Amino acid sequence: MSNSQANSAVYVRDAMLPAEHPPAMETGIIKWLRENLFSGPLNTILTLVGLVAIYSVLSGILPWLFRSVWVANSLGECRSIITATFGEGATGACWAVIRERWTQFIFGFYPSHLYWRPVLAFLLLLAALAPVLFTHLPRKSLWFSILYPALGFWLLWGGTIWIPVVAMAGFALGWLALRVLQPIGGTILATIAAVVVPILWWLLLAGPVAQQLQAILPIGIEAVRSDKFGGFVLAFTIGITGIAFSLPMGIILALGRRSDMLLVKALCVGFIEFIRGVPLITLLFTASLLLNYFLPPGTNFDIILRVIIMVTLFSAAYIAEVIRGGLAALPRGQYEAADALGLDYWKAQRLIIMPQALKISIPGIVSSFIGLFKDTTLVIFVGLLDPLKGITDAVRASIEWKGIYWEPYIFVGGIFFLICFSMSRYSMYLERKLQREHR
Amino acid sequence: MSDPHAVTRKIDRSHMQVSDEVAIQISGMNKWYGAFHVLRDINMTVNRGERIVICGPSGSGKSTLIRCINRLEEHQKGQIVVDGIELTSDLKNIDKVRSEVGMVFQHFNLFPHLTILENCTLAPIWVRKVPKREAEETAMHFLEKVKIPEQAHKYPGQLSGGQQQRVAIARSLCMKPRIMLFDEPTSALDPEMIKEVLDTMIELAEEGMTMLCVTHEMGFAQAVANRVIFMDQGQIVEQNEPKEFFNNPQSDRTKLFLSQILGH
Repeated sequence: MSNSQANSAVYVRDAMLPAEHPPAMETGIIKWLRENLFSGPLNTILTLVGLVAIYSVLSGILPWLFRSVWVANSLGECRSIITATFGEGATGACWAVIRERWTQFIFGFYPSHLYWRPVLAFLLLLAALAPVLFTHLPRKSLWFSILYPALGFWLLWGGTIWIPVVAMAGFALGWLALRVLQPIGGTILATIAAVVVPILWWLLLAGPVAQQLQAILPIGIEAVRSDKFGGFVLAFTIGITGIAFSLPMGIILALGRRSDMLLVKALCVGFIEFIRGVPLITLLFTASLLLNYFLPPGTNFDIILRVIIMVTLFSAAYIAEVIRGGLAALPRGQYEAADALGLDYWKAQRLIIMPQALKISIPGIVSSFIGLFKDTTLVIFVGLLDPLKGITDAVRASIEWKGIYWEPYIFVGGIFFLICFSMSRYSMYLERKLQREHR
Repeated sequence: MSDPHAVTRKIDRSHMQVSDEVAIQISGMNKWYGAFHVLRDINMTVNRGERIVICGPSGSGKSTLIRCINRLEEHQKGQIVVDGIELTSDLKNIDKVRSEVGMVFQHFNLFPHLTILENCTLAPIWVRKVPKREAEETAMHFLEKVKIPEQAHKYPGQLSGGQQQRVAIARSLCMKPRIMLFDEPTSALDPEMIKEVLDTMIELAEEGMTMLCVTHEMGFAQAVANRVIFMDQGQIVEQNEPKEFFNNPQSDRTKLFLSQILGH
C-alpha cells in the first residue's frame, strides 16, 4: 500500500490507520537515559565517572548528616553522644548549636525581652511588600507600604515616635514643594526645590522639631542602640532598605546618564564610574572611619545608617547601568511616539519608557538585589555583627561551642540561599507575568 | 498606470474645502545633520484643509521635512510656524504644537505594554487632562471609525500590521489634532493590508482634515491630494496639483522618478 502511495500520482486511502504506541526504546525513561546519559562511548564514561563522584561526596556527607545531634549543651556533649551512639571515631553534625543559639543568629544582641519588635517589624514588612510585589492586590494598601519605612524604623530602634514622623514629613514637604512650584516656576525649579527643601528640613529643622514635639507629646518605646543589632535582623535591615532605595536612585542615575544636560550627565557618569571602580569594603571603611572627619564635630551619625547609605549608593550605580541597558534596548520609535503625542519628558519616562525598560532589566536588577543582600555580610569589617562571620565567631568564641565549624555556616548559608532563591523565583514569576500581559 | 492600490471608490468631496487660513508656514528652512545639508531652503505654506502628498527618492529629506513640523527634528535656519506658534527651542511651544499635530509613523510605534484602548487614552488623559471615562468613549469612537473596536482590549503585538497602523491613526485622532502628518504609513505593511490603511486615510481626508503625507502610494495621491510635492536632494523640486503632476511633469528629475515608480 505504501508503495502504491509513493509511486503513483493518484492515490486514495481505503482504510484509516489506528493510533499505535511508540516503540519501547523510543519512549519514557529508557529513551531519556539513552539520549542523555548513554548516547555514545564518551558520554557513557562521563556518566559513570559522574556517578562515582556523586557517590563519594554523598558517602561523606550523608552519614555525617544522618548522625545529627539536636539536643546538647556543648560541642563536647555532642561528640560524646555521637561516640556513645555510633561508636568510637564516628563523626556527625551537631545541630544543637543552632537549637541553643538560634536567637543570636536571628537577633544578634538585641534585648531578648524586645524580640517581638523585630518580629512584628518583619511581619509588617511582608504586609507592606505584598502590594508592591503582587499587582492584583488592592492598590489602596500601598499607603501602608509608603508609611512602612517610618514604622519599621521605629519598631527596630525604638525611642521617640517623632523622629520617624519628622523624617517622613521631609518627603511630604518635598512633594508639596513640587506641587506648589510646578505651576508657578516650571518643572526644573520645582524638581530642584523638591530635592533641596527636604534636605534642608532634615539637616536644620527636623531635629529641633522632633525634640519640641517630644516635649509637648512624649510618645516613645524603649530605645535599642545600633551596636545591639546583629544577625539576620541586621542583614535584613540593611538589605531591604538598600534594595528599596537603590532602585529609584538607580533609575534617576540611568536617566541622568542619558540626559542632554551636560552637567547632569557628567555628574551621573562620574558617580557611577567612581562607585563601580571602588570595592564595597572601601566604601564601608569610608562610612565607618572617614565620614566622621568630614561631619561637623559632635554629630552622632548612626553607623548602620551610614552603612545603609553606602550600600545603597553602591548598588544604585550597578542598577543604573542595568537600567541603561534596558533603555538602550527600546526602539527610538517609542520615544518619538511619546514626543509626538505631546507627552513631556517625565510623563513619557513614567508611562512609556520606564515600564518597558524596567521589564527588560528585571533579571539584571534582581541580580543586583541578590548581590546587595549577600554583600550585607561585609559589614563585619566595620564592626557590625553580620550573621555569617560576626555571629558565628561570637558563638564559636564561647566555651561550649569552641571548635564547631560547619554547622553554623551551613545554617546561615541555607537561610541566605532561601532568600536569594526566592528573589530569583519572584523575578521569573514577574517576567512570565509581564510576558503574558504584553505579548 | 499599474498602481496595485489605485483607488477605485468614489470620493466624497463635499467637505474637502481648502480655506484661506494658514495652518503651516515654512520659510527659508534649512537643516543639517552635522555637516550634511539635509534640507535646503524649504519654503512652503499649507492652508487649512489641504491634503498634500510629499514624494521623492529615499534620502531626499521628505521624512525629515515632516518630522521638523512637530520638531522630532530640529531645524537650524529659517522659520516654521504651526497653527500660529513658531517652533523654537521653547519646550512649552513644542509641546503645544505636538498636542495639536497628530503623527503616524512607518513602524506604527504603538506602546506594546499597553492595550489598544490604553494606547488611545494615554495622551488625552495625561496631556489634555480629559477624565478617563470620557477619554475611553472618545477612543472607542475612533476605534470604531478605523473599524477595530473589537480589538480594544488586546495588546498591539496581537494585531496585524494593518490593524496596528489603524490603531496608530486612531491614537493620533484621540488628541483631536488639527493637522495630521503621515510618515510613509504603508511602507512597512504587507500588500493586502495597505488598502485598509489607505481607506482610513481617505475617510479622514473626506472629513476635511489637513494632511501632510509622505508616501509612494500614487493612487492615493491622485484620488485625495490637492497638491503633490516632489523632493530630491533636500529640496522641493516640483509641486503641482496631482493631475498635472502625473500627466505633465516639468522637471527631468520628476519624470525620472515617476517613470521609476510607475513604470513597472
